[in-house]
Amino acid sequence: MSSVLLSAKELSRNYGQQQAVHNVSFEINKGEVLGFLGPNGAGKSTTMKMLSGNLAPNHGEIIINGYDLLTQPKQAKSHIGYLPEQPPLYKELTVKEFLSFCAQINQISSTKIKSAVDTAIDRCGLTEVTQRLIGNLSKGYQQRVGIAQAIIHTPAVVILDEPTSGLDPIQIREIRHLIRDIAKEHSVILSTHILPEVEMLCDRVQIINKGQLILSDTIEGFGLQMQTSCLLLELSFPPAIEVLQSISGVLNVENITDTLFQINYSPEHNPTNQIVSEASAQQWQLTQLTPQQHSLEDVFMKIIRDETQLNEQAV
Amino acid sequence: MLSLAKNELYRLFLSPLAWIILALSQLILAYLFLTHIDYFVQIQAKISAIPGAPGVTELIAIPLLSNAATLLLLIAPLVTMRLIAEERRNESLPLLLSAPLSTHQIVLGKYLGTFGFFMVLLILISLMPLSLSLGSQLDFGLLASGLLGLALLLASFTSIGLYLSSLTRQPTIAAMTTFASLFLLWIIDWAGNTQITAESENLFSWLSLLRHYQSLLQGEINSSDIVYYLIVISTFLILTIRRLDSERLN
Repeated sequence: MSSVLLSAKELSRNYGQQQAVHNVSFEINKGEVLGFLGPNGAGKSTTMKMLSGNLAPNHGEIIINGYDLLTQPKQAKSHIGYLPEQPPLYKELTVKEFLSFCAQINQISSTKIKSAVDTAIDRCGLTEVTQRLIGNLSKGYQQRVGIAQAIIHTPAVVILDEPTSGLDPIQIREIRHLIRDIAKEHSVILSTHILPEVEMLCDRVQIINKGQLILSDTIEGFGLQMQTSCLLLELSFPPAIEVLQSISGVLNVENITDTLFQINYSPEHNPTNQIVSEASAQQWQLTQLTPQQHSLEDVFMKIIRDETQLNEQAV
Repeated sequence: MLSLAKNELYRLFLSPLAWIILALSQLILAYLFLTHIDYFVQIQAKISAIPGAPGVTELIAIPLLSNAATLLLLIAPLVTMRLIAEERRNESLPLLLSAPLSTHQIVLGKYLGTFGFFMVLLILISLMPLSLSLGSQLDFGLLASGLLGLALLLASFTSIGLYLSSLTRQPTIAAMTTFASLFLLWIIDWAGNTQITAESENLFSWLSLLRHYQSLLQGEINSSDIVYYLIVISTFLILTIRRLDSERLN
């Protein structure tokens, strides 16, 4: 198994009386993309702030590449790159000036600054805007500068807090592309409330709600949660509903329209093949046969709902 | 730390504020410089006969430095207000906090950058009295003592301004509180002047930024004055560091 680059143990953080993050533990391995998923106000940003050393946890420890963030902050921080929700930029500087400054404060030796800046500019697709003032760039480009700032010192772990929020769909696609590119060389922790983003980018998913981790799974495992045993079937000349019901494996059939049926089946006995051969033999004229999936939204809501129900029962 | 200071100074000069401050303070001080010269020319004939009479340095350079201090009392809050408050407002503080820098490096870097700007201003101001040496004899010892006083005064202004800027996210509030604090420290020895008790006089006049500057302007370099400024500078720097640290914790 690959080495652990960042491990957080029993992180807790209060804001006054309110508990923002409670007892959150997780690890991230080399070359992994970890998605932090949760509704707004669930504690995602607080966790990210703690991981980047902007906020001290009330309880718990964070080890980055072998250095404890609380007792050896300098060494630990040199292994992380952080992009907060609002990209931290000096708008009066040009892209190049800003990135050179970032390289300097990240203790890159003066002989290597130029190559580090050029690499970051190249990787984030900023070549055309190097001499422009950051304040005059579009939001998408500003976000790229923010990402360039986070990877300039080639940190082991890159922490991105809602990197696609507030961008238009084209910019979102470009930023996602960029993140996938970055993930080839760095481990990435990504927070978002957009489910497809997690599906596209992440190897592992963690769902956080009301400051607590309620699910931690690989993206495949997460996908399994979404599987149902349900087919959508459309026939131009449908037989009587009983005929469909009698096909082995079918549990029940529901009419949606005259020609459209929803078929529930037992998971261990998939009737798809049977239906196809019956349809061609009996000339029902099959026009649609779609395996139904829960959307990520459904699963997300289900997990959060289950959790609240459990809590209520416990109370 | 130095790269932070350099960046701070560089960004300051990117804004029109720095240039306007430099230009306008030069304009005002040049006018005052001229009036001092004018006055000197008027009385020169009368005092030339008196042995040990005050010379150009006492009558032109020192009053100019004294005026400069008052002017800088008004200007300093405008320069220091943005230091941390503006970073907070632009949400750019995480950039520094998540970089491998300790809090005291961040604070000292910002402090030195701003102090560097005031040093540029000080050099420009000192050029005026120095130009008199073309046609006259200057008391360089006295002038140096006065400039040292102004430098220490500016260093204290910067330190106080930096701390008050770290308390808020509104630059204007930082400017107002800095101005109020500086002004209070400026006039605090007025209470001493009313002579309520000898003890309060001592305390209040010791606290006054102005008192210590005046003795330096008279050419007296007392270690107690220097120490006073160093205490002010380091106290507010430490308070700023503590403030930024506690923000992370609470």
